[in-house]
Amino acid sequence: MSLAKIFGLYTISFLGVTVLIGIAEQLFGLSAQWIGWIFMGLSLGIYVVIGIITRTSNPDQYYVAGRGVPAVYNGMATGSDWMSAASFISMAGALSAQGFAGLAYVMGWTGGYLLLAVFLGPYLRQFGAYTIPDFLGARYGGNFARIIGVVAAITCSFTYLIAQVTGVGLIVARFIGIDYNVGVFVGLIGVLFCSVLGGMKSVTWTQVAQYIILIVSYLVPVVYLSYQLFGIPVPELIYGRVLQTNNAKAIEITRDAKEKETRALWKKDADDANAKIKMGNLTDTEVEKLRAAAKTATQQATAPAASDDAKVGRYLTVPSGVGMWNFLALTFCLMVGTAGLPHILTRYYTTPSVREARTSVAWSLFFIFLLYFTAPAYAAFARFVIYAKLVGTQIADLPRWVTLWQPAGLFDVIDKNGDGIVQWADFVVKSTDFVVLSMPEVAGLPFVITGLVMAGGLAAALSTADGLLLTIANAFSHDLYYNVIDPTASLTKRLTITKILLVVTALVAAWVATFRIAIIVELVAWAFSLAGASFFPALVMGIWWKRANKTGACVGMIAGLAVTAYYMIGSRFYGVSWFGTQTIASAVFGLPVGLITIWIVSLLTEAPPLQVQELVASVRYPKSGQAVTGDPLGRTSPAGAH
Amino acid sequence: MADLTEVQKNSYWRYNVTLTTVLLIIWFVVTYLISGLWAGWLNQFSFLGFPLGYYMAAQGSLAIFVIEIAVYAYLMNKLDLKYGILEEG
Repeated sequence: MSLAKIFGLYTISFLGVTVLIGIAEQLFGLSAQWIGWIFMGLSLGIYVVIGIITRTSNPDQYYVAGRGVPAVYNGMATGSDWMSAASFISMAGALSAQGFAGLAYVMGWTGGYLLLAVFLGPYLRQFGAYTIPDFLGARYGGNFARIIGVVAAITCSFTYLIAQVTGVGLIVARFIGIDYNVGVFVGLIGVLFCSVLGGMKSVTWTQVAQYIILIVSYLVPVVYLSYQLFGIPVPELIYGRVLQTNNAKAIEITRDAKEKETRALWKKDADDANAKIKMGNLTDTEVEKLRAAAKTATQQATAPAASDDAKVGRYLTVPSGVGMWNFLALTFCLMVGTAGLPHILTRYYTTPSVREARTSVAWSLFFIFLLYFTAPAYAAFARFVIYAKLVGTQIADLPRWVTLWQPAGLFDVIDKNGDGIVQWADFVVKSTDFVVLSMPEVAGLPFVITGLVMAGGLAAALSTADGLLLTIANAFSHDLYYNVIDPTASLTKRLTITKILLVVTALVAAWVATFRIAIIVELVAWAFSLAGASFFPALVMGIWWKRANKTGACVGMIAGLAVTAYYMIGSRFYGVSWFGTQTIASAVFGLPVGLITIWIVSLLTEAPPLQVQELVASVRYPKSGQAVTGDPLGRTSPAGAH
Repeated sequence: MADLTEVQKNSYWRYNVTLTTVLLIIWFVVTYLISGLWAGWLNQFSFLGFPLGYYMAAQGSLAIFVIEIAVYAYLMNKLDLKYGILEEG
């Protein structure tokens, strides 16, 4: 059976099962918790089965899926490898809260693929190694560059992994109601089964399966809502009008007397709380509580949807001055970070040829585009639903989705001025994740669709965790153990070590995730800057500049990392500020420093040996058959090419 | 590889560098100027009911990135054929 048939059949069966569960819900009143269990069991079951079917002990299969993944499927696998719990659950909400400024994420996380396509992907495939540190080791002769690569890869990937594991725990806890810590370990089963049994080969095919679940579950609620509200099932076309309507409503709401009254009441709350903190004589927990209250109150008091005299609401206002600088800087950092994350780059080692690698980047971005192109529509619809359907309703007569989701603690509706009517400032957002999570109920869809969204979020988190876990384990076992510590290790020994490391890394990640360290989410955003400042300059210069040498690359990577880390820690904790740049955009300084350092130090030290220069040359030209002469259009196929 | 002459290698690489440069210029203009610095000004125009600046940042730029990569893959793969580069596998 061809791959297209297998995955076509799989998609149809998955949709069929969803419909069946839906029917069971309608006819027999299948409970929400049961639906949650079925979706989780079903999707984890699929991943485990794929892991078992594709198990392998062949190193080429284990590290790079035998370099036999066709461009389209590698594109899907990259799509789900790339799109994490943050993209699936949080991004639309962040857009809804931030308006235009949030579009830095949408552009940054897609535009990076152009850099990957033209600077790195095809060349890395031509080089044809197993890991990214492999390339650094070969290009910059020796273990030092490789070890810097290993350290950077593990640092970026591990923080990112913990965030995914946390995501799994939260999703499972929220939909099924089992304990968060149990949820974390349940999710690990799905991840470990495929990565341990079949390495990259299993992970690839699981990721393809996960992409399909992820994209279907993301599109269904918003397409349905678009059809329901406007009669057109293409949210991407319709939300322009929604934006305009929202804008008019935002301005109207801001000037409403009741709104002003509500905001003034919040302001008073904030002032009271701050005054109490100032008076002192409080225990730490009391201070903490007051601080939190003051923060919420300030958020509600100072966040009107538009300023008093504005023609355009905040949502559509393009930032200016420092705001614009930060917008551009963040977009840039997310782009170079995207092109520098090792778990994405290794995916392009798995295609059969350089040509397929090129096509595959295009497919990857297309599959990612389907979700990112829709996320701003989610955000605009969420605003629309709140502005048009919630603001102005009776507090006693709240829409169904509000009463259903309020207990989950993502948002609250508080009648501040006690007039029995919901004002915009009465809607307290605690987590913007509500945008994606509650969308099925907003659209009035049955619970089965909410279950589908759960399966999608789970797929997004697990698929990314798969890729990261493999990158970390390979960095330890292949790069550190085999290449640095014991180059004579037998194949069986290497694979055994990889498998043990996969389990250990996963358990450590789960264990760290149980502490629920608040800063983890923030650290994920940092990973982009770290990857952008370390890998990107060394890889790009290594391919595009023959003269770049070992000393230059090592000093450059360290300098790039050091400047980025200095600014991150400095701006986050010690009030350092260069041009008012935000912490997550630190690579905007680190990357140029890295590039320039590689350039200057390489020129000051001697040129790399001839064989390295030949390696660079060979990476630039795909393995050729026989040159065709005489036909500029190249229509004749060369004789004896194989 | 040995099959390509120095002249052929040079023209292959020159084509690649030119294509890459053109694509990066478009990428830069679309991201940092049209969807960034000029977006506020562009918002006064309307496209499909969207303010144009917002549209470019939320949808237009993404679509352009996809097209750019597809064009790159198409042209480079065609170039490979022209130079008789056919990989095994």
